[in-house]
Amino acid sequence: MTTAAQAAPLVVAEGLVKRFGELAAVDGINFSIAPGEVVGFLGPNGAGKTTTIRMLSCNSPRTGGRLDVFGLDVARHPREIKAQLGVVPQDNNYDPDLSVFENLLVYARYFGIPRRVARQRAGELLGFVHLSDKSAERVDELSGGMKRRLILARGLINTPRLLVLDEPTTGLDPQARRLIWERLRELRQRGVTIIITTHYMDEAEQICDRLLIIDNGRVIATGSPPALIAEHAGQEVLEVVPEGGASGALEAALGECRFQKLGDKFEVFASDCPEALGRIRKQARLTSYSVRRATLEDVFIRLTGRELRD
Amino acid sequence: MRRFFPALSLRLWRVWHRNFIVFRRSFLVNFLLPMGEPILYLVAMGYGLGVFIREIDGMPYARFIGPGLVSVAMMYAAFFECTYSSFIRMIFQRTFDAIIATPVNVEEVVAGEIFWGATRAAINSLMVYLVVVLFGLGPWWLLPLVPVFGFVCGVLFASLGMIATALVPSIDFFNYPIFLFITPMFLFSGTFFPLSTLPKAVQAVSYAALPLTHVVRINRGLILGHFSPAPLGSLAWILVVGAAAFFTAIALMKRRLIK
Repeated sequence: MTTAAQAAPLVVAEGLVKRFGELAAVDGINFSIAPGEVVGFLGPNGAGKTTTIRMLSCNSPRTGGRLDVFGLDVARHPREIKAQLGVVPQDNNYDPDLSVFENLLVYARYFGIPRRVARQRAGELLGFVHLSDKSAERVDELSGGMKRRLILARGLINTPRLLVLDEPTTGLDPQARRLIWERLRELRQRGVTIIITTHYMDEAEQICDRLLIIDNGRVIATGSPPALIAEHAGQEVLEVVPEGGASGALEAALGECRFQKLGDKFEVFASDCPEALGRIRKQARLTSYSVRRATLEDVFIRLTGRELRD
Repeated sequence: MRRFFPALSLRLWRVWHRNFIVFRRSFLVNFLLPMGEPILYLVAMGYGLGVFIREIDGMPYARFIGPGLVSVAMMYAAFFECTYSSFIRMIFQRTFDAIIATPVNVEEVVAGEIFWGATRAAINSLMVYLVVVLFGLGPWWLLPLVPVFGFVCGVLFASLGMIATALVPSIDFFNYPIFLFITPMFLFSGTFFPLSTLPKAVQAVSYAALPLTHVVRINRGLILGHFSPAPLGSLAWILVVGAAAFFTAIALMKRRLIK
C-alpha cells in the first residue's frame, strides 16, 4: 500500500541538461528518487555524475530540463533546498584553520543553527563517526579516514533529509571504508535518503538499493544491483584462455553467446547460452577455463566499454 | 542594497565570523604585529631621514608621515586579506565551496570576505594610529574615529583585492596588481612627500585614479587638525568608488565560482 506522501519523490530530474560550451556534460538525464532510497550513481570519469550532483546541490545552474528537490525547483529555491541537504563533496574541503569541533560549529552557523543546539549536535555527530577523542585536534593532523568521517559528520550537522556523497570512500583503507558503509546503513535505517557516486562496485553492491549507470551524460541502465547483474551479465561468467591461434575457433564455438575479450582471455556470459559450455569443453586446444559468478563489474564494463576515460 | 542584490542577506556576517574565529586564535600577534612596521618607519624615516629634511609643509617630517602610515595600513590590511588570504581560502582550502553548499550563497561569501578585509583595515589602522599617538604626533581623541574610517576605506581596498582574486589565474599573478597599482599608490599618494612637489599631470592622475591619495588627504587633514571642506570631495570619491568596486567584486567572483 502506498500513500501519497510515500509516493512523492524527493528528487525528480527530467531531461536535465548541463552544457559547458560545446560539451554536454549532462545530456538529458531522467530519474526520480523516492524517500528512504539509497541510490548509487555509477559511471566512468567524466560521465556526468559530479555535474549532476552539483546541480542537485544548487551550485551549478542547469542548461535545460527540470530538476526538483523536495518538490522545489533548484534554481528558484536554493536556500530552502540547501537547508535540508547534506553534502559530502569529493574533496575534503574541511577548514584547516579550525579544530575538528570548530569545523562542525562554524558549519552549523552557516545553517543558522543556534549555538547550544550546534554544540550538542556536534558532540553527538563526532561520537557517530568515532571522532570524539579528536575533538580539539587540528584537522590536518587526522588520518585520511578520519578526515572523511569528519566531512560526513559535517554533512549531517543540519540533520538533512537527503544526503549526497561524491565518492565518499575513495583512497581509504578497507577498515575506514567499512566504518563509513556501516554509518551510511545506519542513516538509511533512520530514513535518510542517500545519493552516492562511486567507482567501487563492491561499495555500490553493499549499500545501494538502486543504481543508475551513467555514461556520456545519460542514464544507460537502472535497477537494483542483483537485477542489473541478472539482466546484463546473467548468473555466471565463463573465463576461457585459448591456446595460441585458437581464438578464432573459440569465437566460432561461442556462436550467439555474449562475450568480451580481455587481452587473450574470453569472458563469456554463459547464463543465456548454457549449450556453450558443452561446445567449449569439446574444444581440444583450450588451455584452461573456469566458471565464476557474474559481478557488477561485468555489467559496468559491458555497458560502458573498456577504453580508458580521463 | 537588497534591491540591486536580492541575494545578499545578513548571513554574510557568518562568513565574517568564521574569519574572526581564526583571527582570534593568534589574537596577540595579530594585534601587535601591525604596530611594528610604523615604529620602524617613524624611527628610520621620521627621525633618521627627517634630520636632513628638517621641515616639510611647515612641520617636522615625522609628523608629516604619521597620517601617511595610517593610510597605508588601511590599504595593505584590506588588500592583502582579500587577495592572498581569500585566494588561499578559495582555491587551496576550498572553504568557499564548503560554505556555498549551505544556505549561505556566493554573494554573501564574497561580501563577508570583503567586510572582514575592511575589519582588518580598521584594526591595523587603529594600531598604527596608536603608535602615532604614543609618539605624540596626533591627538588621542581621534582613536575611536580612525577604525571607523579605516573600515570604510577598507571596503574599497578589500573590494579591489577581491576583484584581483576573481581574475588571477594563479596566486603568483597578484604580483601584477601589487607592482602596477599598490606600490605606485604607496609612493605617489602623498604618503611620504606632498603631492604638490610632483608635476601637475601626475597630481591629476593621482587624484583621479589612486584611492590612497584621497585616504591620505582625509587622514592628514584630521590628524594634523587642518580642517577644510576639501576632503569631503575625497570622502565622496571613496564612497562612490568603494560601492562600485564592491558590487563589481561580487559579480566577478560569482562568475568565477558558479559554473
